[in-house]
Amino acid sequence: MSVDSATVRRIAHLSRIAIDDSEVERLRGELNAILAFVETLSEVDIDGVEPLTSALPMQMKKRADVVTDGGICDDILANAPMREDHYFVVPKVVE
Amino acid sequence: MSDPTHLSLAEARDALKSKRLSAVELTQAHIDAIQESRALNCFITETPELALSQARDSDARIARGDARPLEGLPLGIKDLYCSKGVRTTAGSRILDEFTPTYESTVSANLLRDGAATLGKLNLDEFAMGSSNETSAFGPVVSPWRRAGDPDARIVPGGSSGGSSAAVAAHLCLGATATDTGGSIRQPAAFTGTVGVKPTYGRCSRWGIVAFASSLDQAGPIARNVRDAAIMLRSMAGHDPKDTTSVDAPVPDYEAAVGASVRGRRIGVPKEYRIDGMSAEIAALWDKGVAWLKDAGAEIVEISLPHTRYALPTYYIIAPAEASSNLARYDGVRYGRREQGRDITDMYEKTRATGFGPEVRRRIMIGTYVLSAGYYDAYYVRAQKVRSLIKRDFDDAFAAGVDAVLTPATPSTAFAQGEKGAADPVEMYLNDVFTVTVNMAGLPGVAVPGGLAENGLPLGLQLIGRPFDEETLFSLAAAIEQAAPKIECPQPWWREN
Repeated sequence: MSVDSATVRRIAHLSRIAIDDSEVERLRGELNAILAFVETLSEVDIDGVEPLTSALPMQMKKRADVVTDGGICDDILANAPMREDHYFVVPKVVE
Repeated sequence: MSDPTHLSLAEARDALKSKRLSAVELTQAHIDAIQESRALNCFITETPELALSQARDSDARIARGDARPLEGLPLGIKDLYCSKGVRTTAGSRILDEFTPTYESTVSANLLRDGAATLGKLNLDEFAMGSSNETSAFGPVVSPWRRAGDPDARIVPGGSSGGSSAAVAAHLCLGATATDTGGSIRQPAAFTGTVGVKPTYGRCSRWGIVAFASSLDQAGPIARNVRDAAIMLRSMAGHDPKDTTSVDAPVPDYEAAVGASVRGRRIGVPKEYRIDGMSAEIAALWDKGVAWLKDAGAEIVEISLPHTRYALPTYYIIAPAEASSNLARYDGVRYGRREQGRDITDMYEKTRATGFGPEVRRRIMIGTYVLSAGYYDAYYVRAQKVRSLIKRDFDDAFAAGVDAVLTPATPSTAFAQGEKGAADPVEMYLNDVFTVTVNMAGLPGVAVPGGLAENGLPLGLQLIGRPFDEETLFSLAAAIEQAAPKIECPQPWWREN
């Protein structure tokens, strides 16, 4: 499979990365080189094989459903590029 | 005492214990070395004041007979580990002046055990790279030079290139690193140092900037096997804050260094003899076999039939996980923000200017393989092939193999700009021998095997059973004992 320039633009938008028109051809070439490289996986017989989702078999650990942390608003906001009181500030998202 | 930066970590520990040296002297000697070695670009952020205050505490502890396991030993921290109150960059512009209000569990473990922290080490951006050339803070230069080619700037490997170069150049006694596809072992092999990628779950990932969470694992780079064992003992351990961290006791790895390897069965996988393997790498591998045989190990040929699919599988799974993990860099909660006409425009501009080209490429590949219509064809298929890669190792271990011996890398280090400029895949091939280990969650160690004809180090890799790092330390020590001793060049890079 290979991607065309419309697909490159769509992937960039899904990735929330702005791209210039001048970059599209180069990105298309690079993405297609990687896709060609992984194409070899199509020859592997994967019938009846379960997908591996955890490197080692382990039970997901559970803990009691109680508050273990909190009250650290100032810490959480300390690195925000824009904040007001105890809020993150973003461009307006509702009209 | 002569220059204390020439001591190994174990020697420095013993010198401090016997009060032949103070922690402040030891730390100051490393701070001086770092300041004279800025030409190598190993550190993104130096923290000399912090290190000296930690060293003063250590001297007080030693004086009252209250020394901890790493008391007063100065280390470097890969700048992927969050350090409380110290700017943490992940080698990226997008984190800007991000200054964590918390400490990663692994670096907190090192501090708990008394280490001093000299600063934050350079790396490929978000640990994506094999040469340290993708760092937003400029490439790291290896202290090693190619024979007869003093002008070539040799790469220290990646992504933990600041860690490997700083340890090789004696700027710290040891360093933390991380390994997603080979990022501890490949830079160790390139710089003649020892790098350990522990079993997945052995070290907590909490507070380490995430790249591909099912593959990422923390580990040490040090100048010898014993030093790496000492560091790993402090780094490892259960952490309730990482659900994949394993609740199992941490053995005394140092005790495994020097233990007999007689009767150990070592698998040599025939699939690693790849097409076009250099004669030099093949000869190194043969020597490794001979050294282990001389030490009493039994060598058996094994087959890991899905080896050739590991790297393509990695280049689906790692970017997929990365595209998800790196979604958090949105210009809202931390790091850089570019203004936009609306929130989407703000996200897109922030990420376009904040991420470098390799990171943008991997996010886009990851987004593509997870997108509707392609998820099964790429991502689910890759996860199934990953099962087969792991099964290969399970079968070998079930047949009685204790560890697997391979070369660490397909070549020696190269010079800046020599690889990957035209085709990103050329750079990816660096990890062809290391990436299987991450796929299967196994422990692996890279240990020096000697010098190539071009004067640069070569490394061997040992792969172990899950949570059997001790066997790897014993075997790596046997190789270290038998291999020719290699000396890092005189400090040609020093400014005075």
